[in-house]
Amino acid sequence: MFSRTWQRLSSVVLSLVSAPAAMADWELNMPQGVTEVSQSIYDLHMLIFWICVWIGVVVFGVMFYSIFTHRKSKGAKASQFHESVGLELLWTAVPTAILIAMAVPATTTLVEMYDTTDTDIDIKITGHQWKWQYDYLGEDVGFFSNLTTSQDEIYDRTAKGENYLLEVDKHVVVPTGKKIRFLITSNDVIHAWWVPEIAVKKDAIPGYINESWVIVPEGQEGLYRGQCAELCGVDHGFMPIVLEAVTPAEYEVWLVDQRAAAEAEAAAALGDFSHEELMTKGAEVYARSCAACHGVEGAGMGNVFPALVGSPIATGDMAAHIDIVINGKSGTAMQAFAAQLSEVDLAAVITYERNAWGNDTGDTVTPKMIIDAKQ
Amino acid sequence: MTTATAHHDDHGHHGPAKGIMRWVLTTNHKDIGTMYLWFAFTMLFIGGAMALIIRTELFQPGMQLIEPEFFNQMTTMHGLIMVFGAIMPAFVGLANWMVPLMVGAPDMALPRMNNWSFWILPFAFGMLLFTLFTEAGAPNFGWTFYAPLSTTYAPSSVTFFIFGVHMMGISSIMGAINIIATILNLRAPGMTLMKMPLFVWTWLITAYLLIAVMPVLAGVVTMMLMDIHFGTSFFDAAGGGDPVLFQHVFWFFGHPEVYIMILPAFGIVSQIIPTFARKPLFGYASMVYATSSIAFLSFIVWAHHMFTVGLPLQTELFFMYATMLIAIPTGVKVFNWVSTMFRGSMTFETPMLFALAFVVLFTIGGFSGLMLAIAPADFQYHDTYFVVAHFHYVLVPGALFGIIAGVYYWLPKWTGHYYDEKLGKFHFWMSFIGVNVTFFPMHFIGLAGMPRRIPDYALQFADFNAIASVGAFIFGFSQLIFLYLLIKTIRGGEKATDEVWEGAEGLEWTIPSPAPYHTFAEAPEVK
Repeated sequence: MFSRTWQRLSSVVLSLVSAPAAMADWELNMPQGVTEVSQSIYDLHMLIFWICVWIGVVVFGVMFYSIFTHRKSKGAKASQFHESVGLELLWTAVPTAILIAMAVPATTTLVEMYDTTDTDIDIKITGHQWKWQYDYLGEDVGFFSNLTTSQDEIYDRTAKGENYLLEVDKHVVVPTGKKIRFLITSNDVIHAWWVPEIAVKKDAIPGYINESWVIVPEGQEGLYRGQCAELCGVDHGFMPIVLEAVTPAEYEVWLVDQRAAAEAEAAAALGDFSHEELMTKGAEVYARSCAACHGVEGAGMGNVFPALVGSPIATGDMAAHIDIVINGKSGTAMQAFAAQLSEVDLAAVITYERNAWGNDTGDTVTPKMIIDAKQ
Repeated sequence: MTTATAHHDDHGHHGPAKGIMRWVLTTNHKDIGTMYLWFAFTMLFIGGAMALIIRTELFQPGMQLIEPEFFNQMTTMHGLIMVFGAIMPAFVGLANWMVPLMVGAPDMALPRMNNWSFWILPFAFGMLLFTLFTEAGAPNFGWTFYAPLSTTYAPSSVTFFIFGVHMMGISSIMGAINIIATILNLRAPGMTLMKMPLFVWTWLITAYLLIAVMPVLAGVVTMMLMDIHFGTSFFDAAGGGDPVLFQHVFWFFGHPEVYIMILPAFGIVSQIIPTFARKPLFGYASMVYATSSIAFLSFIVWAHHMFTVGLPLQTELFFMYATMLIAIPTGVKVFNWVSTMFRGSMTFETPMLFALAFVVLFTIGGFSGLMLAIAPADFQYHDTYFVVAHFHYVLVPGALFGIIAGVYYWLPKWTGHYYDEKLGKFHFWMSFIGVNVTFFPMHFIGLAGMPRRIPDYALQFADFNAIASVGAFIFGFSQLIFLYLLIKTIRGGEKATDEVWEGAEGLEWTIPSPAPYHTFAEAPEVK
């Protein structure tokens, strides 16, 4: 226990000496972003910032002038004045005027941000511990979006990629030039969906559907990255957002592809898979969806997340194992994976858990068994 | 023991009892003040150690030292301990010591309750801290403990947390009642309300805030307790409850709470600046009215902590405007402090240095607060390191520097010795540098997009995080200088005069240094 801590401490000290210069990116300010709203917010931010700077210059200017000239060591004699109604009124009235000047543009921008009428596309966003689910309403397209940064990168066992902690398996794709409404809710605790470049941040609250909107202007196609902004449990720092803005034509193609992929996946579940195929796929699914809690080697995590190695569920009754993965365990962090993973993925990961790390039960769980269990 | 008792009987009016029982049974405001201050200082080091664990983990990207689960426990406990264990008890300690001396009272109005309100605290924090060693671990849902993360999804230690909060609340309410009773009933003849020192005024207002909002905190944790153990659904949407209700109730407590942590510091600074400028406080009456306005406004701004929860537009606008209004009385205070210095005859002993740093750095925290009040911009700032930078600027170089300034200012009166001025100045400069190196870069990483409360971060935030971590260690270890200085001053040093400071005014400077165990047995006359 202690030796492990010391190992880590020493690795911290080592990295102190060899701080990676490649990371240098001294970003100081709020991004201007790519939308009209994000630009308005940026302008507002800079306006208030400069007002504060000037007030600071005046107030601290007088203060430091006094500090340097009205000091006893320079023979300053204290004057005894201690009130002035005129001054008091002045420095009540002037700030009031400044505040009113700030409130006007702030109100205009806020009214614009709250206008969620006349939208072209509605996307429902559901926060889960610790991933985002996207449903394109009326389009029959929906999916979960998981962090793809590996545990090896997080624990410094391999080099960190360029988009460390800001990369996911499935992007939320939106067309440019269209008004998109986000309907934001949560399945468990409160999360917050935030993409700085489009200046959308809204809490995802169970029992509520919050609204926000964006128009990514044409010509601003690209990837915009964000993160969960409300503490939502142990992996709060590990549920990023990647928004992909594409042209409307590309968007239509993407929708068709998504539907085709979903159909292909459903069809695949009826096919046959060998034990080895399932184990290979299962290892991938495990790393993506399970390892964050149950550990890369199935050892669990402290007293919070149970180990799978030799666990009564992973080595015992197969039906019970399938049940807990599909339906979750209420009152715990163990979620229902029935909607998050395909039948093939579920079969693969359960097969993997029953045979990896010395669990050697020799069992094979097929996608058909999952389909049966779901019914 | 017999001799000690006999001694006590003989000389009960001359000095304290001997041994440990002096501290357990004491009803003396100076003893109780001392215990509050040492308790707060201990908590400062415990909460500070947790902050250093957090900063070490955040020194560079990747998980090196601790696991995310423990990281969340550290951020939660750091916040709870600093707010309820360090800042608040330190102010109560200062009030215990100084309010009776400043109003010419022989002791606090309710001395036995005073003893009790202190002795609850070690048990409350003992209970909170021991959860770290339980199987479930300590609370991990942030010091704001938003439901349902703190109810349905909480570790089992949440129940100890709830009872801990209840005990702290009882302690605070009793302390507040005592301070109000003392100020309203035990002032020396001639000391009208508008002649009271500003520290007394700010504490009077703070005490009313405490009485108003600590029961609200007790209410919200009780609702949590019911949800967790007795099947209610106050905050559970699945049972017809409302998670946002939690935030409304919590912040109805929480916003006045942040003023509870700053108003007494305003009072301390308003005592110190006139002393070292050798000039009366500018705008005494407007200071009192400004403090009262801030206290009133603190009740109608709570939802500015909730701009992103999906409040209706009209609600957002109301809370934005109300919050912006706070800048006006706060500005008045800052302008008054600067005017007090203007054409004074200033010297820069350690209390003055901390007070000046307070004025500058608290004002910077006020500026970022004004930025955060602008609702549209808050959508970008909310829950980022910009917020962390903001509230640390008002709480560390704000509240904490205010407390430290007060300790340096009154230490000669308490101990009868001057502290080592060179060491005090060294402590000041190390703290000043440390605090800015730690918290200033947090503005940048917050604006650049780093969310708060994450144990690991994207690579573009690496450089400023490394700098902040270095600053945290400078600041943390500088406080050991303070500890050494305090012990050294208690043990000996140059004899302090009764007046202590050349420009000091007020009843506390009319009594001997060190202050005798019993003071103002006969009320002084105030003209």
